[in-house]
Amino acid sequence: MDELRKKATELLQSGDVQMVIGYEKGTKGPRPCFISVPEEAHKLIFDEQCTGNLAVYLTHKDLIAGQKVAITASYFALRSILRLFTENQLQADRLVVLTVSVDKQLIVFTAVDDIAAYLQSAPVPKREDDAALIARLEAISREERWAFWTEELSKCFKCYACRAACPMCYCNKCIVEENRPQWIQPWASTLANVEWHINRAMHMTGRCSDCGACGAACPLGLPIHLLTRRIVQEVQENFGIGANEAVQKDNVLSTFKPEDKENFIR
Amino acid sequence: MSEFEPKIVAFVCNWCTYAGADLTGTSRMKYASNVKIVRFPCTGRIDFMLLLKAFAEGADGIIVSGCHPNDCHYTSGNFHARRRWVVFRGLLDFMGIDVKRIQFSWVSAAEGAKWAEIVNSTVAAIRELGPYIEYRKAADYLAQQEKEVFNG
Repeated sequence: MDELRKKATELLQSGDVQMVIGYEKGTKGPRPCFISVPEEAHKLIFDEQCTGNLAVYLTHKDLIAGQKVAITASYFALRSILRLFTENQLQADRLVVLTVSVDKQLIVFTAVDDIAAYLQSAPVPKREDDAALIARLEAISREERWAFWTEELSKCFKCYACRAACPMCYCNKCIVEENRPQWIQPWASTLANVEWHINRAMHMTGRCSDCGACGAACPLGLPIHLLTRRIVQEVQENFGIGANEAVQKDNVLSTFKPEDKENFIR
Repeated sequence: MSEFEPKIVAFVCNWCTYAGADLTGTSRMKYASNVKIVRFPCTGRIDFMLLLKAFAEGADGIIVSGCHPNDCHYTSGNFHARRRWVVFRGLLDFMGIDVKRIQFSWVSAAEGAKWAEIVNSTVAAIRELGPYIEYRKAADYLAQQEKEVFNG
C-alpha cells in the first residue's frame, strides 16, 4: 500500500498524470476517490475488499476531460480495461494502470499485453454466495426459475444503477432511451423489467468482465449479475472463448465460425 | 383444453424459408393453419426482442427459420444469427422462459415438405404444452397501461 501511495505521489508530482482514480476508506467499505494533488495520495488504499470496478470512470468524458489518468484496478477492472482497449475506448498513452497483486506487490503495467498476461497468471477471485445461488437455480425446475426471476425483477424500479455501474455501458444513447421503436417500455413493470434485463445481458455478450458491479450497484440487491454471468458461461461453453480471452478478440456476436455447434436447430 | 388452438408466429428469411413455405403451398401440401408468417430479409435481421414481443402479444409458440449454413443470401447472416440464438436460448432457459416453445430450423427454398413438417410438429408440441399464460401474465400490467394511454 505504501508503494502504491509513493507511486501515485510520484506520478502526480512529476505531472505525468493529472488524476489518480483509486479507493479510499469509506464508512462501510472502500469507496472510489479521485486524487489530483500529490498531498492527497496518502488516502489511497488497495486490499481484497476493493472489488468495485473503477474502470467505469474511464469512459466518463466529463470526468476525464482529456487528462492523463492513473487507475488502481482490481482483477475484474483489468478485464474491463482490456475490453475497453479492444473497443477503442481508451488510449494507451493517456492511461497508467496500477494494481496490487495477491502477494501485495505493486504492478505498473506498461503495455496492454502485460495486462492480458497478468490476468492469465493471477487467480480469479472467488465468490461463493453467487456460486451457491446459481447451483440452487440450476437445480430447480424451469417454472420455479421463472417464478424466482419474475418475483425478483418485479421489484426493479428501473433506476439503471446497473447500467451506470457497468464499464461496458458507455453508449451515448441506450436502447431504453430509444423510442422509435420503443423496444422496452419505460415504466417499471414485471415484463418491461424482464425485457430490460434480457437486453442488458445480451448486449454484454463477449464483453462482460463478470465483475458483478451491476448486482452490487442494485439498490434492491437483485442478483442481476447472474444473468451476465450466464452469458459469460454460454460464450465459454459454446464458442470456447473465456472471459480473459474474449477481451482481446473481436466481438463474439459480430464474428462467427462455420463450425460453431448447437443442438437445437432442426 | 381440446378447443385450444395454438397461435404460432414464424419469423422467416425471405430467401430460403419464405420461398420454401411458398413451395409448400404451390405443391398443394396441407399443413396446420395456426402459423402466422413474418418475412425478414435475413435471419441475421431477426432481433431477439421480436421473439419476446411475440410472446407478450399472445403467441404460444415461435418458429425461427432461415437458410441452411453456407446458403445465406448475404453469405454470413445465418452464422451470426446462430451465435446470437445460442447465447439467447441459454439466457432464456436460465430465466425460466420456456425455450421448448421456440423452434429454430433451417428450411431451404426446395424444402416445402420440411416446412410443412416443422409447422405441424411445432403446432402439435405447443398444443401439448398449452397456452403460454405465465409469460402473458407478466405482460398484463403492460397491456393495462397501454389501454389507459391509448383509450383513455
